[in-house]
Amino acid sequence: MYDVIIIGGGVAGAASARELSRYKVNACVLEKEEDVCCGTSKANSAIVHAGYDAQTGSLMAKLNVRGNEMMEQLSKDLDFPFKRTGSLVICLNEEDMPGLQALYDRGVANGVKDLQILNREQVLEMEPNIVDNVYAALYAPTAGIVCPFNLNIALAENAYENGVDFKFNTEVQNIRKTEEGWALETNQGVYETKYVVNAAGVYADKFHNMVSEKKIHITPRRGDYCLLDKTAGNHVSRTIFALPTKYGKGVLVTPTVHGNLLVGPTAIDIDDKEGTSTTREGLDELITKAGQNVKNLPMRQVITSFAGLRAHEDGHEFLIGELEDAKGFVDCAGIESPGLTSCPAIGEMVADILKEKMGLEEKENFIATRKGILDPDTLTKEERAELIQKEPAYGNIICRCEMITEGEIIDAIRRPLGAKSLDGVKRRTRAGMGRCQSGFCSPRTMEILAREWGVSMSDITKTGGESRLVVGTNKDTL
Amino acid sequence: MKSYDIVIIGGGPAGLAAAVSAKKNGIDSILILERDKELGGILNQCIHNGFGLHTFKEELTGPEYAQRFIDQAKELEIEYKLNTMVMDISHEKVVTAMNRQDGLFEIQAKAVILAMGCRERSRGALNIPGYRPAGIYSAGTAQRLVNMEGLMPGREVVILGSGDIGLIMARRMTFEGAKVKVVAELMPYSGGLKRNIVQCLDDYGIPLKLSHTVVDIKGKERLEGVTLAEVDSSGKPIPGTEEFYSCDTLLLSVGLIPENEISRGMGVEMSPVTSGPKVNESLETNIEGVFACGNVLHVHDLVDFVSQEAATAGKNAAAYVKGERGAEGGRDIRLNPVEGVRYTVPVEINTARMDENLTVRFRVGAVYKNCYVSAYFDDERVIHRKRQIVAPGEMEEIKLTKEQLQQYPDLETITVKIEEA
Repeated sequence: MYDVIIIGGGVAGAASARELSRYKVNACVLEKEEDVCCGTSKANSAIVHAGYDAQTGSLMAKLNVRGNEMMEQLSKDLDFPFKRTGSLVICLNEEDMPGLQALYDRGVANGVKDLQILNREQVLEMEPNIVDNVYAALYAPTAGIVCPFNLNIALAENAYENGVDFKFNTEVQNIRKTEEGWALETNQGVYETKYVVNAAGVYADKFHNMVSEKKIHITPRRGDYCLLDKTAGNHVSRTIFALPTKYGKGVLVTPTVHGNLLVGPTAIDIDDKEGTSTTREGLDELITKAGQNVKNLPMRQVITSFAGLRAHEDGHEFLIGELEDAKGFVDCAGIESPGLTSCPAIGEMVADILKEKMGLEEKENFIATRKGILDPDTLTKEERAELIQKEPAYGNIICRCEMITEGEIIDAIRRPLGAKSLDGVKRRTRAGMGRCQSGFCSPRTMEILAREWGVSMSDITKTGGESRLVVGTNKDTL
Repeated sequence: MKSYDIVIIGGGPAGLAAAVSAKKNGIDSILILERDKELGGILNQCIHNGFGLHTFKEELTGPEYAQRFIDQAKELEIEYKLNTMVMDISHEKVVTAMNRQDGLFEIQAKAVILAMGCRERSRGALNIPGYRPAGIYSAGTAQRLVNMEGLMPGREVVILGSGDIGLIMARRMTFEGAKVKVVAELMPYSGGLKRNIVQCLDDYGIPLKLSHTVVDIKGKERLEGVTLAEVDSSGKPIPGTEEFYSCDTLLLSVGLIPENEISRGMGVEMSPVTSGPKVNESLETNIEGVFACGNVLHVHDLVDFVSQEAATAGKNAAAYVKGERGAEGGRDIRLNPVEGVRYTVPVEINTARMDENLTVRFRVGAVYKNCYVSAYFDDERVIHRKRQIVAPGEMEEIKLTKEQLQQYPDLETITVKIEEA
């Protein structure tokens, strides 16, 4: 019997687990995939939003601004990549200026600091690749970019270090009320708990509706993206948003925290909660729309495209709190943009709710920091040489495009909640994320995975489940 | 800091031939840096035969072909380091590299020969829509798994792209027990050698669908199938022509890209057409003493031509180190590829430095039948060679001699073109 079970190991679940692990509590995260960061958290814009978008007074607005403020310190404590690069909302016509002004006013009302409206010359001086017909822009210096994978993974690792259990490949199928709390029926047996946190992303409505009469509805809203090679990474140095106009919502163009350029997303409402398939129409739309605000985009430099699903709740608001008609069941639902930005504040809020309900006490031995996978690029030549002498695996490059060493991959596998699949290694180290998209390194990473886990190559998967990478040996069917 | 006369980046066919040639031309201080665990490069996974017809007048497998050069390099006691990644090269030719034994180290080179080869274009670069399941491989990755590890990537295969590696893998997968259902090619012609279409597809009854591409990928964990569609003359899928193929494997053979990140980093000027360095008659880049050869320079069809080209680069690098390059005072003649000719290697020729014989290599942009390969010395047509067929999948060449160029003392531009009969 757990005190708290959190359904979902995305950023909301992991942040809740990490904040909860400050207290003396017996908690567990149930994740249906083989790793954390496998749903909405892994496929998004990776933006830390300033906070002018959400309606003033909404929970979204409050947690966005608070999350943005917390992100920098959290990135230091938990050692994940974050850069406060700033953002621009581009206005192309004088007639759209009221819209830009409204964003500014809302930002100020939401408590966003240092907002500024720039004229054409100021914008072009700041970002020379903005289209020549730019009229003005809203500049938000507090916006930033983050590595969503390592943010999520860092939160989960730190929660684990502080005593939270993680059960993977564990899919909740039904939830029953019990005398002491809740029984969660899963494909791996029944888990009993006093409290449930429903951080199930696009599935949060399913679990909510199992226990409550006040139904909610979440639409998977698909966003397609194109990722460009690092040679295009300096095309803009801030996140470039389009001002929503009567012609619709544009797409953003942003550098990523690792130096690529990201273009996206589309917004297509679908029914399939696993429907992360890109479409030709979606990708074509991106290419057309991206050029509306940023000129000379080198779309020939695309190295991959992908789609993520936003967990869009009908009321477009974060639903965080204990359900009135299901005591002990705490929703953490409707976490769509700015969910990634808000996650530190979401975790704090969820933990506060439980602390109050359960009368939790703080631990004395809470470990507040976590060390990420060592990035040898951050070392001097001398330090790097010394490292290789001590650990020769750091002298062996596995991923040629991103220059990732065997040492980093071994670390990714051996650390708490370590990588089990090719994608698990990729999210933690970037091996396979570069311009050749794992053409060279996948067989070598598979070998390291097989060796470290003591399994055969045919047991290695791309991303768990049935995603095996090889199916047998030569001539075995002849 | 250690120093060498010539440092060669890459120990594949190009690097090996360049090293052997440089050594035979009088340079002892040579170091090959190879990132893989053995010399030979991509040839080690090319276990089919057909290599070396031009060089050795016999049909060798890839590893056999490589071994001939490895043996020569070892006989000539050429130094090499394996499992060694070059991180960068400075404009002043300081090579920074890394491996497990030596850690991070620097080498000062007098001359550098770039021989890093190429990589395969990925699914991402094509922007094919659909899911991203396991079972989608570049043909070369699958080739490595099958030929070097003995592992089968899948049972039912669709291949996109008719580049040579894709064609070779169609046959290999068939040999190893997989069912290859179809090869789809976006262009109205194959990107591979004619002999490979015959020997790898036709002989096994594997259909080749020209002007077709993959428009959707199905399967969330493991690939379940792909949808092919016919494309119009601009490469756009034609609605209504979609056809679903169930398969667990999609192999991509959709082009090779020279791997020039290091070259770019040191300031080598690149050709936007080949994605390789722009070189002169000596196969020297815009940086003096930095040479390039093999697939890092432009993607070749046959390894024999890689070896020839690399031998030239090795010889010229040796001459550079010894200070024995052709007399000063020559003229630079520009090569101008037009009308069907996509590029030339080299891009310019210095009349003093050039050898007695010079091969200019190029590829064409489309299939031409009963045409002429022509070279105009300024306005005068000097070369006019009848060809039954030229195709983008096969490299073409014209041969120039020093003597010939000396007859044109005012020559500024050699224009190379394809002329219809």
